[in-house]
Amino acid sequence: MMLSKGLKRKREDELEKETLAVDAWWLGPRPPAVAQAPPAVASSSLFDLSVLKLHHSLRQSEPDLRHLVLVVNTLRRIQASMAPEAPLSPVPSPPPAPGAAADSLLASSDAALSASMASLLEDLSHIEGLSQAPQPLVDEGPPGRPTSGAPPSLGALDLLGPATGCLLDDELEGLFEDIDTSMYDSELWAPASEGVKPGPEAGPGKEETLELDEAELDYLLDVLVGTQALERPPGPGR
Amino acid sequence: MMVKEEKGAGGGNDIQWCFSQVKGAIDDDVAEADIISTVEFNHSGELLATGDKGGRVVIFQQEQENKIQSHSRGEYNVYSTFQSHEPEFDYLKSLEIEEKINKIRWLPQKNAAQFLLSTNDKTIKLWKISERDKRPEGYNLKEEDGRYRDPTTVTTLRVPVFRPMDLMVEASPRRIFANAHTYHINSISINSDYETYLSADDLRINLWHLEITDRSFNIVDIKPANMEELTEVITAAEFHPNSCNTFVYSSSKGTIRLCDMRASALCDRHSKLFEEPEDPSNRSFFSEIISSISDVKFSHSGRYMMTRDYLSVKIWDLNMENRPVETYQVHEYLRSKLCSLYENDCIFDKFECCWNGSDSVVMTGSYNNFFRMFDRNTKRDITLEASRENNKPRTVLKPRKVCASGKRKKDEISVDSLDFNKKILHTAWHPKENIIAVATTNNLYIFQDKVN
Repeated sequence: MMLSKGLKRKREDELEKETLAVDAWWLGPRPPAVAQAPPAVASSSLFDLSVLKLHHSLRQSEPDLRHLVLVVNTLRRIQASMAPEAPLSPVPSPPPAPGAAADSLLASSDAALSASMASLLEDLSHIEGLSQAPQPLVDEGPPGRPTSGAPPSLGALDLLGPATGCLLDDELEGLFEDIDTSMYDSELWAPASEGVKPGPEAGPGKEETLELDEAELDYLLDVLVGTQALERPPGPGR
Repeated sequence: MMVKEEKGAGGGNDIQWCFSQVKGAIDDDVAEADIISTVEFNHSGELLATGDKGGRVVIFQQEQENKIQSHSRGEYNVYSTFQSHEPEFDYLKSLEIEEKINKIRWLPQKNAAQFLLSTNDKTIKLWKISERDKRPEGYNLKEEDGRYRDPTTVTTLRVPVFRPMDLMVEASPRRIFANAHTYHINSISINSDYETYLSADDLRINLWHLEITDRSFNIVDIKPANMEELTEVITAAEFHPNSCNTFVYSSSKGTIRLCDMRASALCDRHSKLFEEPEDPSNRSFFSEIISSISDVKFSHSGRYMMTRDYLSVKIWDLNMENRPVETYQVHEYLRSKLCSLYENDCIFDKFECCWNGSDSVVMTGSYNNFFRMFDRNTKRDITLEASRENNKPRTVLKPRKVCASGKRKKDEISVDSLDFNKKILHTAWHPKENIIAVATTNNLYIFQDKVN
């Protein structure tokens, strides 16, 4: 058997048949006369597979960045080909403005496709919600920091559809933003811009996060000192 | 004398490769910790180091005696074994840091001791391996077993004398270079000045001085301001063998950038960009994944560099950026199977590659425990297998052939019969002789050319 351990999924056999059958079709040069009927099904299988891989990758406590980036980029290509009216951008060169490209793709993507993607991802998120272990993301920032809501400009990972935007946001932001580089960066390192880099639109920058942490600590200390003070006669300063 | 079974099928001046040794467990039940993750000869070739997933380093040493006998070169025997890295827990991020050894690099030998750098995902360590074959005897205050003598019995003074003892090889960590990498370290490379080295992770490359552990200098940073814009990562990096200001790094998009540290402190702007335009007839959804470079190695001469992507090995002339000067297909028959390989994640496997001592032959691994060699001069290539079936010493390895399509000839293997769990990711070539080390999942094979 050629395949080694694959992903466990419900529609295993179906998917296998579809993907293997599709091998010869889309990898060879496309003759113009070929009927387009199988493509919709085949592409969506590959799309599903890629989404599954993306979720699987995100579920890791520390995802393999290379794997993640390659899967995301592949997903973009697949979606680009699935959108029927969208002009296929030249594949080799990376789009100069990923946000703009994703915008145009979303605008022309099939509504039914989006709906089915959304429902699939909803299913996945339900499963995830059950199985995801709570992670103490200590460097996430104070409780007040907003974690949901699609950021105004669309990044590469938002192209999965507006319905899924908030669904993935938490994890994606958590993934990409929980790496608090201030713990590792030393002031001797360039670039100097590292420390003053603007944070994501959905949340404050790193220094703000740190300041708020300190503010929180101060508040906690005050509370502690205050409770102690209640047990003693109030001094002159209080 | 053995009759030649295959006529001149070897890569490189009709070399015939023979089985020499195999190290590691015999059974098929592979313990995760024993999976070999890196293999490296030292500069003289006398020592061969392996690192595994369990964080251990095993060093083999070549016997010197058999050099006089012409029918084989010295065997490699275990010289030292030590635990280089332990699993760690990052309490801040609630993450376990794997102890798997990603890379080992030897320092050139300066004195009696040997030094190597070993790294896991986050921490690099400098190890000193030294021999002890004498020990002091005749202490005044201690007995031979270490117990302290009763002071009242000490009536005379004597000088301890060194006496021979059984050879003991000790490994001790001399430097620990930590807390400099947010992302996973994929490469380390020692500079030709032998004082500095670089370490590369997915997004950054740092420069270290071997004597200084509490700081490093960031020389490449490709982390975007907004992580959502991330589309490319660093996959490998190496210093030029002769030019101490030059290094290269490869990316997941199939590009190689050559940087000159004299140009600026932060080498975000490359001096040269090596990239081959995509072949439009081969375009697919997986084009980018298969173009991702898994290894980059300079030739010993420093004039060329070799890159390995999923299906091929490319040789680049440093003076020509727009395309490689040579391309060798490793397993082109996999091109029609990319979808399945994507499904089972094999398409993400990272194969390494290596040069022989004279830069005339290159080698890389494949699936089914096959490995390939390409002779740059004769343009001939060969596929060999690392398998326990060819276990007799001095057995000449039979070339293997994969049948891509159509009728399978006798002795050929069809693509669908290939075992994709048996992958050879790590190979190394002795710097001076035709001795190669090939790592299967948990075994290390050593092959030599047939010496008549």
